[in-house]
Amino acid sequence: MPSLIGFYSLALGSSLSFLIIFFSIKNFRNSKIFDSRIIFFSFLQLLLVSISFLGLIISFINSDFSNETVFNHSHTTKPLFYKISGTWGNHEGSLLLWLLVLTLFIFLFIIKSQRQPTQYRILTLLFQQVIIVGFFVFLLKSSSPFNYIFPIPQEGLGLNPILQDPALAIHPPILYLGYVGSSIIFSSALSATCLNYISKEWASHIKQWVLISWIFLTLGILLGSIWAYYELGWGGFWFWDPVENVSLMPWLALTTLVHCILALEKRSILTSWVVVLSISTFTLSMCGTFLVRSGILNSVHTFANDPERGLFILIFLFSLIFLSLFVFFFFHKENRKIDSSIFLISKETSIIINNWFMMYFLSVILIGTVYPIFLEVISSEKISVGPPFYNKLIAPFLIPFMFVMALGPKLKWIKSDIKNKIYLFIFFLISLLLSILIIKNLEINFLLNTLLVSLAFYLFFLTLRDFFVMKYKNLSQTIAHFGFSLFILSILFNNIFTTEIITNLKVGETYTSQKFNIKFENLNQKQGQNFKSIVGKFTIVNSKGKIETLEPELRIYNQPNITTSEADIRTNLLSDRFITMNTVQNKDYFNIRYQIKPFMIWIWLSILLIATGGFLSLFKKKYEN
Amino acid sequence: MYGRKVKLRFFFIVLILTILALSIYLVLKSLEENVVYFQSPSEIKNIAEFKETKIRIGGMVKKDSVSINMNEINFIITDFKNEINVIYSGAVPNLFEEGKGVVAEGFLKDRNFFMASKILAKHDENYMPPEVKAALEEK
Repeated sequence: MPSLIGFYSLALGSSLSFLIIFFSIKNFRNSKIFDSRIIFFSFLQLLLVSISFLGLIISFINSDFSNETVFNHSHTTKPLFYKISGTWGNHEGSLLLWLLVLTLFIFLFIIKSQRQPTQYRILTLLFQQVIIVGFFVFLLKSSSPFNYIFPIPQEGLGLNPILQDPALAIHPPILYLGYVGSSIIFSSALSATCLNYISKEWASHIKQWVLISWIFLTLGILLGSIWAYYELGWGGFWFWDPVENVSLMPWLALTTLVHCILALEKRSILTSWVVVLSISTFTLSMCGTFLVRSGILNSVHTFANDPERGLFILIFLFSLIFLSLFVFFFFHKENRKIDSSIFLISKETSIIINNWFMMYFLSVILIGTVYPIFLEVISSEKISVGPPFYNKLIAPFLIPFMFVMALGPKLKWIKSDIKNKIYLFIFFLISLLLSILIIKNLEINFLLNTLLVSLAFYLFFLTLRDFFVMKYKNLSQTIAHFGFSLFILSILFNNIFTTEIITNLKVGETYTSQKFNIKFENLNQKQGQNFKSIVGKFTIVNSKGKIETLEPELRIYNQPNITTSEADIRTNLLSDRFITMNTVQNKDYFNIRYQIKPFMIWIWLSILLIATGGFLSLFKKKYEN
Repeated sequence: MYGRKVKLRFFFIVLILTILALSIYLVLKSLEENVVYFQSPSEIKNIAEFKETKIRIGGMVKKDSVSINMNEINFIITDFKNEINVIYSGAVPNLFEEGKGVVAEGFLKDRNFFMASKILAKHDENYMPPEVKAALEEK
């Protein structure tokens, strides 16, 4: 029953799109005042899609296996929390969530943009409706979450156990808020271009939307990363896997946009660039959806290898790109009246330089992600591009990037100079000396690592100083940049000082090395709601005699019958101790992986800081006055 | 003579083109160096010369071929036509099992021995690396 209601409200919701488009076009031509019927219908559409989504959630909670989606992805013994999160843990449900967020955001946009010109609001709504209609068609035609099966199965197939995890339960909605938030930026940039409204006023109005999607995208990626760290058992947090890259690319574009929109707001420069960035952010989000959903990239995100679905997204994507290119080339006019001269030493120059670096990073990731796919299509040769490629091409360029990032905020808009700023030089010397001290005795690439660490320290110290000197002025930027320096520092130290031991042990055996002994004490059994688990007990004694007990787990889920290994992680401010165990072909030996990862928690905290910076920026006017 | 502005613009364009050319060169060069090719056991049997580069081998873990001691795990990857011995001392993913698909990354010692440095994780029991699927379909 709920899934029947869900289906009908979805169908009804789609027909509302035509009403909205009809009234919008009428209103666009005739009236100066925003037609309240459009607001009403948009609200109704939001309500209907919510009801539809709620219907799906209820079907999941009730384990209504007459619904195909529920049957494929749920099971009666699954805990309630994961029954609910299973709603978007599959292709159909996650698309419905996309649609829900699309309709939610356009409704909020209409409500929140009352001070903007009427024509601009209507045109934005129209562009957004084009996307919404596309998703309605996609959902109803090839990925309906409400397909009926008969005879009704007794039991469902269950949700992939590695998705049964709190971080991953909220990862998709948060990430989608970021992805879909960029659709508003896309529609609004296109409509502002058509109406020649790319201006300071537009910038300060759309900035909020840019920030909101940026914050959610940041948090969404963070959650996915944390999950990968403890659930996949490799002890890393970023693997340069294509599915990770497709979320990082829109993030890079969006981060660039966050900065350019400031330049537009303050100086009316970079107008075309801002439009191009707004378009590419959403296009990259869509590309991500296409690559992940089409089955081209195989991963935990690939729910269905259905070529028809991939084809649909591809056609849809190309029409959107074509539409936006058309709008951009035919309607975009540079405003020549405004003084757009740029001086070498100024805040905007630093923003532009780092824009170039960001675009470089983006293209490296794009090439690394797409090149293997093209090569396979062209020559049927199968290759993979791994971390060394990205590290080599990105790490060295972080050095000038961080330098500009450290100095940029010290400069003023329009024209600036660097007089009387001896502290900038002193800070640099201190950072350099400090990093030489740290790096010199290690057997790693001296020059690259010293420069990376020292520039990260430089940014760290300069932003730290700003907290005391600048107080509340530019607090959001200081926090975000401080977070970034902390992020790079923690990654570097995490990489440099990681220790790892991989060995095979039987119960009772001890692994001995100079640094520590690992003793496999015993095995215990435990029973969970939908899994049985084997818990190993390991005692680790390090060279200083400090004893720690870690208990990694192997979970054998009942439906689907899959074994997952749950890492045991002990965290403190200095380091994480991480252990996983695995059976090998039911032999007596267990495969043990023990890692000491320094500053792990700081990687997460620094990303939170970066997001906090964005969050504070939303309320900038309030706290600065 | 040309004005200062024209010179500056010319300089700027040259600078951008140089940077662009340089970054394209860098990207392509490191692509060439850091790309990992995928091969099946049969393809390895027919290799003419050995290169010291990292490759991936995909196929099925042969039945009753896994043996383990404290330092390493040995097993055989087969595509049901040819097989290759793998020596591995690292962490194994959850779904590593005899009779199941596997992808190992590492270096070839000779035509029969492969030193693996990584065994790729899979996420789901129905999932088979596309390479393995293709290799099996060829059979």
